[in-house]
Amino acid sequence: MATSIAERPLVELRGVSKRYGDLLANDRIDLALHRGEIHALLGENGAGKSTLVKILYGVVEPTAGDIVWEGRHVTIASPVEARRLGIGMVFQHFSLFDQMTVAENVAVGLSGADSLKDVRARLVEISRGYGLGLEPDRAVWTLSAGERQRIEIVRCLLQDPKLIILDEPTSVLTPQEAEALFETLERLASEGRAILYISHRLEEVRRLCRSATILRAGRVVATVDPRARSAREIAALMVGSDVGEVKPHGPSGGGGEAALSLRHLTLPPAEPHQWGLKDIELTVCKGEIVGIAGVAGNGQGELFAAISGEQLAPRPENVIIAGRACGRIGIDGRRRLGAAFVPEERLGHAAVPSHRLSDNAVLSHHASGDVVRGGLVRFSAARRLARAIADTFDVRTPERDPLARQLSGGNLQKFAVGREIIRRPALLVVNQPTWGVDAGAARLIRQALVDLAGEGAAVLVISQDLDELFEIADRIAVIHSGRLTEARPRAAWTREAIGLEMLAAGEEPAEAAHAA
Amino acid sequence: MRLELTPRLDPSPLARVLAPIAAFMVAFVLAGGVVWLLGRSPLAALQVYVIGPLSDPWALQELVVKATPLALIALGLSYCFRANLWNIGAEGQYVMGAVLGGWLALATHGTDAGPWVWPAMLLLGVLGGALYGLLPAMLRVRFGVSEILVSLMLVYVAQLTLDYLVRGPWRDPKGFNFPQSVTFDPAATLPLLGAGRIHLGAVFAVLAVLATAFVLGRTLFGYRLRVTGEAPRAARFGGFDSGATTLAVFAISGGLAGLAGIVEVSGQIGQLQPTISPGYGFTAITVAFLGRLHPFGILAASLAVGLTFIGGESAQILLKLPLDLTTAFQGLLLLCVLCADALVSYRLRLVRRGGGS
Amino acid sequence: MTAFEAILLTIVTASTPLLIAAMGELVAERSGVLNLGVEGMMAMGAACGFAAAVTFDSTIIGIAVGVLAGTAMAGLFALAVLGLAANQVGSGLALTIFGLGLSGLIGAPFVGARRDPVSPLAIPGLTDLPGVGRLMFGQDAFVYFSLALTVAVALFLGRSRSGLTLRAIGENHASAHALGLPVLRTRLLALLFGGACAGLAGVYLSLIYTRFWSPGMTAGRGWIALALVVFAAWRPAYALIGAYLFGTATVLQLHAQAGQIGLPAQLLSAAPYVATILALVLLSLGRGRAIGAPGSLGQPFVPER
Repeated sequence: MATSIAERPLVELRGVSKRYGDLLANDRIDLALHRGEIHALLGENGAGKSTLVKILYGVVEPTAGDIVWEGRHVTIASPVEARRLGIGMVFQHFSLFDQMTVAENVAVGLSGADSLKDVRARLVEISRGYGLGLEPDRAVWTLSAGERQRIEIVRCLLQDPKLIILDEPTSVLTPQEAEALFETLERLASEGRAILYISHRLEEVRRLCRSATILRAGRVVATVDPRARSAREIAALMVGSDVGEVKPHGPSGGGGEAALSLRHLTLPPAEPHQWGLKDIELTVCKGEIVGIAGVAGNGQGELFAAISGEQLAPRPENVIIAGRACGRIGIDGRRRLGAAFVPEERLGHAAVPSHRLSDNAVLSHHASGDVVRGGLVRFSAARRLARAIADTFDVRTPERDPLARQLSGGNLQKFAVGREIIRRPALLVVNQPTWGVDAGAARLIRQALVDLAGEGAAVLVISQDLDELFEIADRIAVIHSGRLTEARPRAAWTREAIGLEMLAAGEEPAEAAHAA
Repeated sequence: MRLELTPRLDPSPLARVLAPIAAFMVAFVLAGGVVWLLGRSPLAALQVYVIGPLSDPWALQELVVKATPLALIALGLSYCFRANLWNIGAEGQYVMGAVLGGWLALATHGTDAGPWVWPAMLLLGVLGGALYGLLPAMLRVRFGVSEILVSLMLVYVAQLTLDYLVRGPWRDPKGFNFPQSVTFDPAATLPLLGAGRIHLGAVFAVLAVLATAFVLGRTLFGYRLRVTGEAPRAARFGGFDSGATTLAVFAISGGLAGLAGIVEVSGQIGQLQPTISPGYGFTAITVAFLGRLHPFGILAASLAVGLTFIGGESAQILLKLPLDLTTAFQGLLLLCVLCADALVSYRLRLVRRGGGS
Repeated sequence: MTAFEAILLTIVTASTPLLIAAMGELVAERSGVLNLGVEGMMAMGAACGFAAAVTFDSTIIGIAVGVLAGTAMAGLFALAVLGLAANQVGSGLALTIFGLGLSGLIGAPFVGARRDPVSPLAIPGLTDLPGVGRLMFGQDAFVYFSLALTVAVALFLGRSRSGLTLRAIGENHASAHALGLPVLRTRLLALLFGGACAGLAGVYLSLIYTRFWSPGMTAGRGWIALALVVFAAWRPAYALIGAYLFGTATVLQLHAQAGQIGLPAQLLSAAPYVATILALVLLSLGRGRAIGAPGSLGQPFVPER
């Protein structure tokens, strides 16, 4: 290896800052990447990782600072320029186009005028060469998350990049798929490419990287060798303080009577390109937390909608809440039976972004609380309710009654969960309770769920985060392509066993045959 | 150089109020430019369009008469637009209200039917408009067909229906073959307020403003519309069925448009004829947005836009400016209002290319 | 020429403006912008084109001015919805109202004027073939242009790199932006193309179809073109079929009116509008909801920088 080249960084960021209004998303960031290095960028949600990556890929313009590429000062004005320099990017939320084929998706992300035919041939060549199996003429919406990620990687490799950026690449992968990805990345690094690996998962960073830059609140707080530090040390650097652990609730689950039962619940897909639900069987008892694991997009949203009543079941007895067969009853009716629900998407589903918190408090309380009387909304009561939620669940607000979109992800999630728990529900169903939430808020939310179960409520948690489920769930089931496994006690599962269930028999979404 | 938009997290309330006023002035200046291009004096146009009507008591009454249907229709549309549903067929619902209500006037013509006739006509007018408004709503809910296209197509159908009726079965046999119905009996005519030209319809418009302010501001139904319009998934989470919302707002807006139609026919025109509207149903879209979908704003906007109808009529006589100028102005005004709305939500900046460092 | 041939010929002339306008709107919608201003752009094309043709006594200048008028209207729309991210549905309506009004102003001095018919193409030998001769080889140049346009749009969307970019932007503008595709520039070009097509369709109405100008002469054809795009599931070939179906319906109702078949004229006049509604309903029955609609259609896009 020619040391002179290896010593000069491939790319260096010097004092890069990005300001959005009052928020300083990146504050004088310094970062150097070398050829052949897999470098981790660690930080909590909201620490500024994504902004920094977007600056490097030319999507976002920095407010201040310099970028030095191979010893030259450069301005990266657009992703096209980034690609010309040799920077490739694999996005967390894939930048793919569902209705188009794999080859078209790859071609559209390439600068240059190659014909679709050439692109297709090179795609086949590269995906074979790296063992990334892809069929070029399949429509993207028929593919699994792992396959979609392969498209992004192949698209990136077609330009022979010197630097590859991956933003939270394992968040949608099973443990086995993640391991395959790590092997690919190691091979790419051995070819002399630099890899910037963004993650908030410590274990995989310790497995893969020899250096890591840690961001907190937009600043670099440390650059470390992750293998030389303990996970706890790094976590403390990321969070800034010791977050502590969730205290378990008392004598745990089972035994109590059933608060929620799903019986032969089958639903066709609500929209094309989605999973339906296939013969789901599940019971959640009072006093226990049941977790549902699974890779995103395997029917979690549909399951949540079917339990909450946003989507009605074919027959009443498919969904039983508090002993009542309520499959044909809407979400309000189920709330009156003592159930409460927290959907995955905070902005636009759990809350109206442009409405104040007090208005948003009405959303799930109008049917069962006292904020509405005789068809009239009592806005003073709604304001008191919103205040009570904020006080009880430590929701930090920039003003007394802000718009929902003014809150950070963590604070809005605390509001969305708190809004339901404050009703003291007998059954709480939460989809992705801590997705994209900072560690402090995540701990508070998990503790609140555990405490609720401790008081005798039944809690169902749908989550992609296996660590979270192993931390709080009494029993765990796995969802895959619209099917649910039996819920077994936490101790009966290993991560590998769950991973195998997540992979299960790979089939296509149900209606693959009818369109295209 | 390029324009750049950045979202404002919490737009200022003052900007919300000022935006439509600014839009009105910009549209006025642009329209002045058009007048100038047509070889007329913009100042003379200002005199005719604004100062003249506002300084003439007769014209002020006329203004109320013109603003009445605009306000009624626009209030109805505000229910739809708040729920992000696009009823652009109010013109057709207006016509069908007039047709169904007018039918009663013709059916009782020449009989000694008492003063119950005009209230019953109003009810039928509301019913006709509401049923006609429900058509696109049902097609949308049941089949997922665009309510925009269907409601618009139904305007043509309604106009042709009226045309057929007044040229055919409903034509006045003693009317020298003119395409018009008989003149309504006094029992089928809306009472006037005092000695002037203003009829009872103006009272209905004010009542509709107050009722709408109450419904949108205080009730769960008003809350439901706001949630549905801003975040449809959140509405489902709140337990608000989108199909029921769609049917309700189309019935309300169709009903108010139908009321406007029968009020205009029985209070103003006094008979059915092929054309009973100078495009109130379309102009009301401009009124609704100019009033920021708020009932009091709509009341003010209906007067402001009503002015352009009166001004347009006198400009046609005094300046030989075609009535189409009024239509063009109303379209331009709507465009300006929507742009002003966007500027309330986004901050606009001029950025030098490659800047940033 | 038999009466049947004559009917077939008028069907072609009635369908051509619908096809041209629909093709323009189809491209705009595939890029993700819904422009409800087609009716207004068409009206402007018809009025400005006719006024220019009469003033300069030149059909060519008339066509050019009509196309420019449609394009300028689309530019105004683009300023609002791309430049300021204004509401697309409302702005499109505003454009239609504005265009109908302004076209009335511009066309007013030209009411009553007439243009001579534009001579159709004549290919010696072929045009005189019995039966299909006039139909296949004796149309005006617009007809062939509209068919070539359909093929060109289909090839552009299906085969070219630029077409791929445009489709990607219409499908998902956030992803497209993240990849560095020029979302706003592409949409601007697509809108201007749509405006040019609507202007051309309008000028065809006033210069060739009727050969005079009257206020409101577009008579909802812009709206029918919009419905055609939905009907065609955003595919050029289906738009061609749809345009000819609607052209046929229009012509048949005109002939039915002339033929005194005992139905009220208004009922027949309403037929194209009712047919449009029925077509949209039948379509959704056959195909489920909104299959084929571009993913970002109608949503405003504000790039993050």
